Amino acid sequence: MTEPILRVQDLRTQFFTSRGVVHAVDGVSFHVDPGETVAVVGESGCGKTITALSILRLVPEPGRIVSGKILFKNRDIVEMDGDEVRNYRGNDVAMIFQDPMTSLNPVTKVGAQIKEAMTAHDRFTPVEAAQRVVPLLKRVRVPAAERRISDYPHQFSGGMRQRAMIAMGLANEPSLLIADEPTTALDVTVQAQVIQLLKQLNRELGTAIILITHNTALVASMCERVIVMYAGRVVEEGPVERIFARPEHPYTWSLLRSVPRVDEARKGRLVSIRGLPPDLVRLPPGCKFHPRCLFKVDRCLKEEPELEEVAPDQQARCWVKMSTVSEETRTAAQASEVAFDVAAEIKKRMRSDAKI
Amino acid sequence: MAATALLAQDIDWENPQQIGLWTDAWMRFRRNRLAVGSLAFVVLLITLALIAPLLERFGLLQDPTAQDVVSNYLGPGAAHHILGTDDLGRDVLSKVIFGSQVSLSIGILVQAIVLVIGGSIGLAAGYFGGWIDNLLMRFTDIMYAFPDLLFVLIIVAALGPTLLNIFVAIGLVSWVGLARLVRGQVLSIKEKEFVEAARAAGSSPIKIILKHLLPNSLGPVIVTLTFGIPAAIFTEAVLDFLGVGLRPPQPTWGVMVFEGYAAVDAYPYLVIIPCVALSMTMLAFNFIGDGLRDALDPRMRR
Amino acid sequence: MAGGQAAAATQVAQAPADRSIVRVENVVKHYPAAGGAVVQAVAGVSLDIRRGETLGLVGESGCGKSTLARLITALQPVTSGRVIFKGQDLSRLRGRRLRRVRREMQIIFQDPFASLDPRMTVGDIIAEPLDNFGLARGKERRTRVQELLRLVGLNPNFTNRYPHEFSGGQRQRIGIARALSVSPSFIVCDEPVSALDVSIQAQIINLLQDLQKEFQLTYLFIAHDLAVVRHLSVMYLGKVVEIADRVDIYEHSQHPYTKALLSSIPVPDPLIERGREPMLIKGEIPSPVNPPSGCRFHTRCPIARVPGVCSEVEPELEPHGHRDQEAACHFAGEV
Repeated sequence: MTEPILRVQDLRTQFFTSRGVVHAVDGVSFHVDPGETVAVVGESGCGKTITALSILRLVPEPGRIVSGKILFKNRDIVEMDGDEVRNYRGNDVAMIFQDPMTSLNPVTKVGAQIKEAMTAHDRFTPVEAAQRVVPLLKRVRVPAAERRISDYPHQFSGGMRQRAMIAMGLANEPSLLIADEPTTALDVTVQAQVIQLLKQLNRELGTAIILITHNTALVASMCERVIVMYAGRVVEEGPVERIFARPEHPYTWSLLRSVPRVDEARKGRLVSIRGLPPDLVRLPPGCKFHPRCLFKVDRCLKEEPELEEVAPDQQARCWVKMSTVSEETRTAAQASEVAFDVAAEIKKRMRSDAKI
Repeated sequence: MAATALLAQDIDWENPQQIGLWTDAWMRFRRNRLAVGSLAFVVLLITLALIAPLLERFGLLQDPTAQDVVSNYLGPGAAHHILGTDDLGRDVLSKVIFGSQVSLSIGILVQAIVLVIGGSIGLAAGYFGGWIDNLLMRFTDIMYAFPDLLFVLIIVAALGPTLLNIFVAIGLVSWVGLARLVRGQVLSIKEKEFVEAARAAGSSPIKIILKHLLPNSLGPVIVTLTFGIPAAIFTEAVLDFLGVGLRPPQPTWGVMVFEGYAAVDAYPYLVIIPCVALSMTMLAFNFIGDGLRDALDPRMRR
Repeated sequence: MAGGQAAAATQVAQAPADRSIVRVENVVKHYPAAGGAVVQAVAGVSLDIRRGETLGLVGESGCGKSTLARLITALQPVTSGRVIFKGQDLSRLRGRRLRRVRREMQIIFQDPFASLDPRMTVGDIIAEPLDNFGLARGKERRTRVQELLRLVGLNPNFTNRYPHEFSGGQRQRIGIARALSVSPSFIVCDEPVSALDVSIQAQIINLLQDLQKEFQLTYLFIAHDLAVVRHLSVMYLGKVVEIADRVDIYEHSQHPYTKALLSSIPVPDPLIERGREPMLIKGEIPSPVNPPSGCRFHTRCPIARVPGVCSEVEPELEPHGHRDQEAACHFAGEV
């Protein structure tokens, strides 16, 4: 049994605002094995980005890691002091962000920035670092790399910039790369190229990758395991094939069904998740998803479920679990969704709308 | 309570409370103690200027033009005259307070002219562009190149040294900075999607200018106008000092310096006191302007 | 009479039983760029949008879809070509007459944060089109705004709130309410859900579909995601390269770009994804200032005959494949 390179244990990160305490990450635990590709999926505000920032100790004010452990190769990141953290960040664990334009320095040449990513740590001498820049850019498939190192970020296209970011991230050969929505700002064809690059790098270098995204299709394309987050907690976790085929948590189930698919001739309506994402200052009692859940029972309103094992390797945080819900009930629930929306309002309006 | 709960998907971690611009600006301004102190000072000054006649009625101040040649050149700290008397025995404190009326009124009211002229020119140039923009901006450049003080002097000399004429003259030269600023603001706001949305909704250009462009440029405009006040105050004082603005026995700060200048070696307090009044007032407005600029800067939101 | 003649000139002869509400005829848009160069944002597009239907406009950055939307709604003037809306040539309309047409034609914008004036109340934002056309005043205006809020699923008591008090999805609904306020017949939806979360996207798409059915609306739906619309036109570098139903495109696309585009889009099904390699297009999108000669896609096309017809002659949109499918390719269907 190999040891996981990353183990997050009951992490809690909170933001102290004048409106109250925002429980951004509220008891999150998971692990990443060496060379594994793991997806963290959820919508905005579910806590996935803050979890990543916590792993890198980059949580912005007024946020703080309040409790929990983050064990990277058995060292607790939360306990590290300033110097140790700087040593670890960008070296053992690297992160790439959604918008490379804001993460790259606009007035420094790209080659120089990649070199700086190495010289900031002690693994390579400045001479070695300079020699590694062009091969790094070549590895991320930037054409004419020798020429491009003297370009500035704005002279790169969006896709190229993201590759430069990946090159910077990999410069120190980290064991873990965290990619936070790396392709959201990119065109679909460029996205395909970047995802393929990440897959290749994972295969060739053995770098573990945590992919943070709201795009479930990317997860299907690239990752082995998936963690679904909602309201700052993990609600489901397991191998990708299993979760996609047999999701146990109603949120996962709805999420997978609310995405329009290119290969389907969809006639009717999409499954939408009713209501709005939760108020992280004032979370509802019981299960945090219950206000929007189509399959809830009484218990869901009062008690919050724990994360339980529902199958080997698969965990879900739900009292009901989709496997207990019959096909009939599912169809009926979806149909009631249809009725719930605006149909009635529209009829009312038609009646009163004579003159305008 | 906000309209909706703090929705998870909207947490802008830079601004988790979702406060509006003005509320946030006021909170930031409040934290700037220098600005708040200056604001208090200015409020005090304006209050005193407004109630000066009352204070005179109740004997706290004296008629600034009442001469008492016997008690002339009394230094500060004399009986009945906290700040002393001038060459003709007039009470210096009363002159300072009554004098502030002129400085404050010109300083603040000139901004009305600046806003109207500079604002319209900037709006028109920015919104319509093309030859209108060219014409108006070249005109603005010419005005900019012209030495302000000279221009004011000419106008006042031509029209006569009354308060109204001085007010108009200073206004006519001070609008250039605001015109440029407003034009810049309009150019950048014009491209924003909500302006495009207004056009798509069928709004006419006038409506877009008044309902969208103007309210959204208020921030920097307010800051500029605030900084314009000490500039106008100073210009007016200089005119008086040069003897081409208001004349004695009118109790303005500039006139006080003009009168006291002759005996500055012997009785420096007659020059120092009005200069201190001028400096403090101008500084106060500058600090308020600084505070406003920092408070309204959208990039510094907490 | 001059006025009457002018009015007649803007009416275009219509074929009997003309079902098009919008006809775009060879529209071109050029922008001046630095150093005398010209950006060919839209390089000759012709489209037909039929009453009551939704036409999707799909493409990647720089393809010109947003520009085309602005041309169709007359928010930008065309460089050449015509846009005929309900029989009227929009390029001949100015000022008040153009503004009057806007009552029939509205647009929902992409960015829910930038498309609402932060200094106006939500009630005023929604009522702005109403005010412009004098359609409702006083109490009637208030009632109308509340109805619209209810229609899009928002609390009707929020008319005095400001945009910053709402979430992205709610702001988008406000934008939809604004577009609906004057009961237009044609709405351009410019990537209305791109900036929203997945579950909210589904809500908005469903809402737009419901509204279309109830009010017989016609949509031009711009998206970068092929999955959202049924009837599509695909744009590349300022030109339309294929028009078809999504199912036809998926099963037998006639243009190599469309095929590559489809192939790049992952599907949320790991079994399908594990078993395929996306067809990657080599290179990057050329600059619209200097588009390739002949077929604009030839520099990246896997089946281009270069040198040959592909680098010399620009292909026209012609029927290929099934039903109403059209493609602009010299070797359509060979991929």
